[in-house]
Amino acid sequence: MTIFPFLRRKTFARGVHPAGNKGTAGMPIRRMPFAPRMILPLAQHIGKPAVPTVSAGQEVVRGQLIARADGFMSVPLHAPVDGVVEALELRPSARGPWAESIVIRTYEASTQAVRWGEPRDMDALSPEEIIRAVQETGMVGLGGAAFPSHVKLTVPKDRAIHTLVVNGCECEPYLTCDHRMMMEMTDAMLTGIRYAMRAVGAAHAVIGIEDNKLDAVAAIRAKLPADGSIAVVAVETKYPQGAEKMLIKSALGLEVLAGGLPSHIGVVVNNVGTLAMLGRLLPAGQGLTERVVTVTGPGIERPGDYWVPIGTPMRHVLEWAGAKDVTEREIILGGPMMGQAVASLDVPVTKGVSGILVFDRRDIVAESNRKVYPCIKCGECVNACPMGLNPSMLGMLAASREYDSMAATYHLGDCFECGCCTYICPSHIPLVQQFRVAKGILREKAA
Amino acid sequence: MNLHTTRIELRTSPHVVKGLSVEDIMFNVVLALLPIAAFSIWQYGLSALVLLLTATVTCLLTERLFNYWSGEPNTLSDWSATITGLLLALTLPPSFPLWMTVVAGFVAIALGKVMFGGIGHNVFNPALVGRAFVQAAFPVSISTWAPAYASHRFTEFIPTTLTWPLMTPPNIGPWAKQALDGFTGATPLARWKFEHVATAPYDLLTGAATASSGETSAILILLCGAYLAARRFMDWRIPVAVLGSAALVAFLFQLWNPARFPDPGFVLLSGGLMLGAVFMATDMATSPVTPRGVWVYGALIGIVTVVIRYFGGLTEGVMYAILLGNALAPLIDQYMQPKVFGSAGRKT
Repeated sequence: MTIFPFLRRKTFARGVHPAGNKGTAGMPIRRMPFAPRMILPLAQHIGKPAVPTVSAGQEVVRGQLIARADGFMSVPLHAPVDGVVEALELRPSARGPWAESIVIRTYEASTQAVRWGEPRDMDALSPEEIIRAVQETGMVGLGGAAFPSHVKLTVPKDRAIHTLVVNGCECEPYLTCDHRMMMEMTDAMLTGIRYAMRAVGAAHAVIGIEDNKLDAVAAIRAKLPADGSIAVVAVETKYPQGAEKMLIKSALGLEVLAGGLPSHIGVVVNNVGTLAMLGRLLPAGQGLTERVVTVTGPGIERPGDYWVPIGTPMRHVLEWAGAKDVTEREIILGGPMMGQAVASLDVPVTKGVSGILVFDRRDIVAESNRKVYPCIKCGECVNACPMGLNPSMLGMLAASREYDSMAATYHLGDCFECGCCTYICPSHIPLVQQFRVAKGILREKAA
Repeated sequence: MNLHTTRIELRTSPHVVKGLSVEDIMFNVVLALLPIAAFSIWQYGLSALVLLLTATVTCLLTERLFNYWSGEPNTLSDWSATITGLLLALTLPPSFPLWMTVVAGFVAIALGKVMFGGIGHNVFNPALVGRAFVQAAFPVSISTWAPAYASHRFTEFIPTTLTWPLMTPPNIGPWAKQALDGFTGATPLARWKFEHVATAPYDLLTGAATASSGETSAILILLCGAYLAARRFMDWRIPVAVLGSAALVAFLFQLWNPARFPDPGFVLLSGGLMLGAVFMATDMATSPVTPRGVWVYGALIGIVTVVIRYFGGLTEGVMYAILLGNALAPLIDQYMQPKVFGSAGRKT
């Protein structure tokens, strides 16, 4: 409880303040042309992989369904280009192992027009029908989680939702795709918010935006409906403000119970980009064929936000955005705090890729030269952990392989791997990396 | 552009770090100690200068020696041995014989740090381990005080400084009387304890009182500490807790019996409490990591300091209070673990 709420910026406890590096925030979103070949992994969301509905040699039209959802915990795939299905085969995936994918050769005359999908009257739909329509778009959480959106909008019957929290924090450094979508797709986003409110039965929606994007706050405020059902709050620019539990705490002052879900306290969280795309796709009855990706970093010559067709190989994106000629680079999908490095340029852009960040040799050398010291118990990690854990203690337990004690006494299970501890550690101990290993070992033990 | 022959680096997130290192923290502590060291040289002259140099060089050489013996890489570059040396010198009387200083420096690093496994692993503040050892070994020398601002302090040593190794230092009395008229050779705490004379707060604040080489000016210590706290190289909660609890306890005692107990201002400013609270209790490796634990730890040190001073046989209690706090820090952490986000109502 805050005594002087008007004196304090809305925020959560602890966290870190990495440099923003959001130089692409002021540039309009540009289109990226089609790559000659598109690669669409069947499993680019959390849940069961999609089931192909096309076969090799078949011609497809941009927007056409090419793989259907396999049950409730799954979403369909749509063709990103006009072209011909070349093969259904194993291709490199971002996670490392090769994954079953649909490969489409793009027709040279392929245009940006989506010629598939039937407009529908959204006002006539019931909440269940909206959720079914969301699944048909193939939408997943575009913030990076790639969790099927229709599952997130499906609330268990025993829980009543009072507020939809819309996540416009974009707390990861470098990324600006959500920021640009809030600026350029404001109307579509508000439309999407209303659909989501109806789907979950929420009377209110709160859009939480970090206060380094006050232009987006102003742009949305200017278009808010008069009935006051949707509000915008500026929250402190601090990592990981965009984590669900942190944002709910900052925007509403509510704490999700440890180990619980937001719906336990009557809240559903969705990303601004996801809702903006839903606002555009649902009335048109179309599927998700492209997304906004921030392509940036010291190793990129023409950084910016791009409309990238789903399935575009990384190589094509880097060529188009101008990857600098270097001998060593690190390519990260997502932001620098939680993003994943990829091993191959043949990995495609999937639905959950919010950013492509390229570091060059200088950054890599600086990283490699860092000397690891023993823990000096400075307590910086304890002051940074947004979940209120004790990473210093967890790190020492991990070093002595006392994994069971980490979980039982020091709440390892509450760690969501935001990486604040590793970011801040002056001894350069790879804390969050050790925690991932510990969690993996515990999972294996349990299985 | 060449996308084909490029080596691709693979790492796990986070891919960026703050870039603050242990060396940065330790180097800034050294920086913050330098003004205090300079002031002690200004007050005590040549003797203070060689005391600082001897303690620091001994600590560095000892650490290097153990590096060499254990076949480990050189660890001097992390600056932590330098801090130990400077802090040790600042807690010793300016007249302390150099050979005893060498003993103190060796013990500080060897027993206080290396034996536990080096930086980060030590349980007790190394400088205080060294000081505690020489306090037990050389009780006379460590309670022999020299006058500040002696007239020839920049041209001649205090007579005890250059005592031959293993020899008993000469009596400092005649020299001190001749160097500064009316010098009694007692610290403000000793004068209060044995003669019931309180020293003026102004003298304690600015350093015009008899003390260890670096403990004289409360203002300077607070300024240097404020620099570290402002740059987040020091946990401000520890000095606040130590000084706050000491002042509170002293205040309560004074309420109870104003004739017997001094006022809280005297307690805060006299002896080594200020240096201890700002630079010793805050040693990261030996203080708790949990935010709540830090308050408990600081309060404990403040209370124990006052209790030793009032009821113990010694005139000063900061050193043992901090060593006791160091010993209890892991236990305090155990019971003061931070509250997990969203754990309200959950049984843990």
